[in-house]
Amino acid sequence: MAEKKKSSYISGKESRKITKFNRRITKKLEKERADANKDPALYTTKMRDENNVVEFDNVCTYFFSDVGVVKAVDGVNFDIPKHTTVGVVGESGCGKSVTSLSLMQLLQRPTGQTVGGQIRFNKGDGTAYNIVNTPNAIMETLRGNKISMIFQEPMTALNPVFRIGQQINEVIELHYPEMSEEDVKARTLEMLELVGIANKEGVYSMYPHELSGGMRQRICIAIALACSPTLIIADEPTTALDVTIQAQILDLLQNLKDKLNSSIMLITHDLGVVAGMADYVVVMYAGRVVEKGTADDIFHHPMHPYTIGLMKSKPVVGQKVDMLYNIPGSVPNPVSMPDYCYFRDRCEMTCGRCRGSYPPEIRVSDTHVVSCYRYYDEGTVLGYPKSVNVEEL
Amino acid sequence: MAEKMNNFYADSFAQARAPRADDCILEVNNLVKWFPIKSSFFKRTIGNVKAVDGVSFKIRRNETMGLMGGSGCGKSTCGRTILRLQEKTAGDVIFDGQDVFALSREQLRKIRPRMQLVFQDPYSSLSPRIPVGEIIGEAVREHDIVPKEEFDDYITRVMDVCGLPSYYKERYPHEFSGGQRQRICIARALALAPDFIVCDEPVSALDVSIQAQIINLLKQLQEEFGLTYLFISHDLSVVEHISDTVGVMYLGNMVEYAPTEKIFARPLNPYTKALFSAIPVPDPDYKLNRIILKGSIPSPANPPRGCKFHTRCDHCMEVCKYVPPRWKEVEPEHFCACHQYNDAEENRQAQEEMLRAKKEENGPVKDTEVL
Repeated sequence: MAEKKKSSYISGKESRKITKFNRRITKKLEKERADANKDPALYTTKMRDENNVVEFDNVCTYFFSDVGVVKAVDGVNFDIPKHTTVGVVGESGCGKSVTSLSLMQLLQRPTGQTVGGQIRFNKGDGTAYNIVNTPNAIMETLRGNKISMIFQEPMTALNPVFRIGQQINEVIELHYPEMSEEDVKARTLEMLELVGIANKEGVYSMYPHELSGGMRQRICIAIALACSPTLIIADEPTTALDVTIQAQILDLLQNLKDKLNSSIMLITHDLGVVAGMADYVVVMYAGRVVEKGTADDIFHHPMHPYTIGLMKSKPVVGQKVDMLYNIPGSVPNPVSMPDYCYFRDRCEMTCGRCRGSYPPEIRVSDTHVVSCYRYYDEGTVLGYPKSVNVEEL
Repeated sequence: MAEKMNNFYADSFAQARAPRADDCILEVNNLVKWFPIKSSFFKRTIGNVKAVDGVSFKIRRNETMGLMGGSGCGKSTCGRTILRLQEKTAGDVIFDGQDVFALSREQLRKIRPRMQLVFQDPYSSLSPRIPVGEIIGEAVREHDIVPKEEFDDYITRVMDVCGLPSYYKERYPHEFSGGQRQRICIARALALAPDFIVCDEPVSALDVSIQAQIINLLKQLQEEFGLTYLFISHDLSVVEHISDTVGVMYLGNMVEYAPTEKIFARPLNPYTKALFSAIPVPDPDYKLNRIILKGSIPSPANPPRGCKFHTRCDHCMEVCKYVPPRWKEVEPEHFCACHQYNDAEENRQAQEEMLRAKKEENGPVKDTEVL
């Protein structure tokens, strides 16, 4: 117990040092971001593949907290192709929400900063925004317009003092200032109809508290889709809802995706939801992607020990087992991550190589990529995730 | 009217269950819990939220009953009322031969250690100011479960059983993760050597891999100490895994009750069918054949007349709109309340009742308008 206390103990001197360092770095990064007259060359790049909507390329998002730098997302690589649903799975605290917030630039600033890598968002004309360097002014035209988000808790995502109609109007008015009032209202009613609300005129002038959870989530979806975005981020859209309503909402999302030709980034911890919705699946653990591939790859041929463990630990209706499998141990402390594989201490399939540095991404088939040394000889090595040295910033 | 209907429920249930003489630790008969809605100024009761509206079941010793349903269907209220954390409106609860609601304060205090509760949210159900050893031990001391000199050993033993090292005793709840906290909650309930534990969504707030740990722990404790659980959850796969019998609730009523294998193999009630079809299956090839229910749950303050589910049901018949279905044993040990499973005699009765209800509704004046 005494030892444990020692490792987390910070003296006053150290604490002051950390605070000073954090202030210096965050100030510098914030200044860069606020600069509206930035040279566009700094934040325009080219997509690696024109068929992707978003490419995450070694993204590092760190939180400069009072106890040290928390590497919430540390070298994440994956793509979201056009017109597909990509499911991001992982336990709480594995960085799946932070990844999506980095894309939206909605991180808790100034503590949270994307310090390295590129997030490329396809403009559609051959060029792309690098979201990491894009100034706030440009971001505002993208957010809610090209990329929009559906949040977990529909109760807290809606403003209780404004009517539903006003809240949907707001988004349209902001992004299409030239539209007349009647047009905006017509568009709002059209959106309400699209998300399956029968009494659209009535709901238009209601307050959020008058609606049930499922209805509220429909409103959130209507707000998110009001400007026909190319990418919809759904952050645990059904966790707060019960099973029958969950089925309704997932069904709706799937239909709307096809109708609007958008892509969905579906963040969830429910493997069942992902299996039913996603074309591609990304499994995250402790801030890094451990496995990615098509839904078929992940569910029928899981390779990473963590993914296998996760599948085994979920009870499945119709399959009776005496004891559920559980993954031993717990997630390492995010302030001081080990320099070897983050999962090694909980892994039951370690091999000799695991003692080395963090495993590289290994491509085992055209679509299937896994970060585990067990497949080192079976596939081609794509590269190691790179952390950013915060001292050099 | 409601009174009469509930008695009717209870009678049919009692008749059906009576021949089997088995060792039931808990018997809930026709339990009703209404929350009054008060008017803003005079505080008159202007209506009732019918959270639990006539629920009956029995739990055999050393078994687990799963209670499931959508949010707001009254499953948590049911669990709390059984433990007499709230007063009932009607019905009775027999725990091990004693009527829980007939007990005096002192008698109730005596029986409390035997029935315990594990809450849903391990973050808000532990006091942040009390160290873990005291959280677990407080009630043990209060109820004199063990002599003073054995107290410390006893707590260590209980913690050990729940997978908590003894040096956690001096620590505070904020130092633990969700899974560990839920273990502390379970240890707190277990320390009083209970016979019966109500688990109110104990794993809903936890991650998948932690869920598995807690479910395994609950199962293992049940075998070791012969516990009986009432397991309230909306996660069907968890309920299927842990329960021996399953009850499904909708808007304050039990709509189906059967042993787990039976209900999952062949659900009878349309609501149960829809509920089961909506379970997400972790297999991308699985052909989704969801029954998507229309609309949302009606308000429990003003439930629809007749069968409460008729507003959303695919198989809704004319009779469903006027007459509440009987609670009956459709197959051996498989209970269900739905007009689809009526026999000829019951159908005739229901038709009669419907006509009567229609007449009441329309009134004598409007009779001429009915063709």
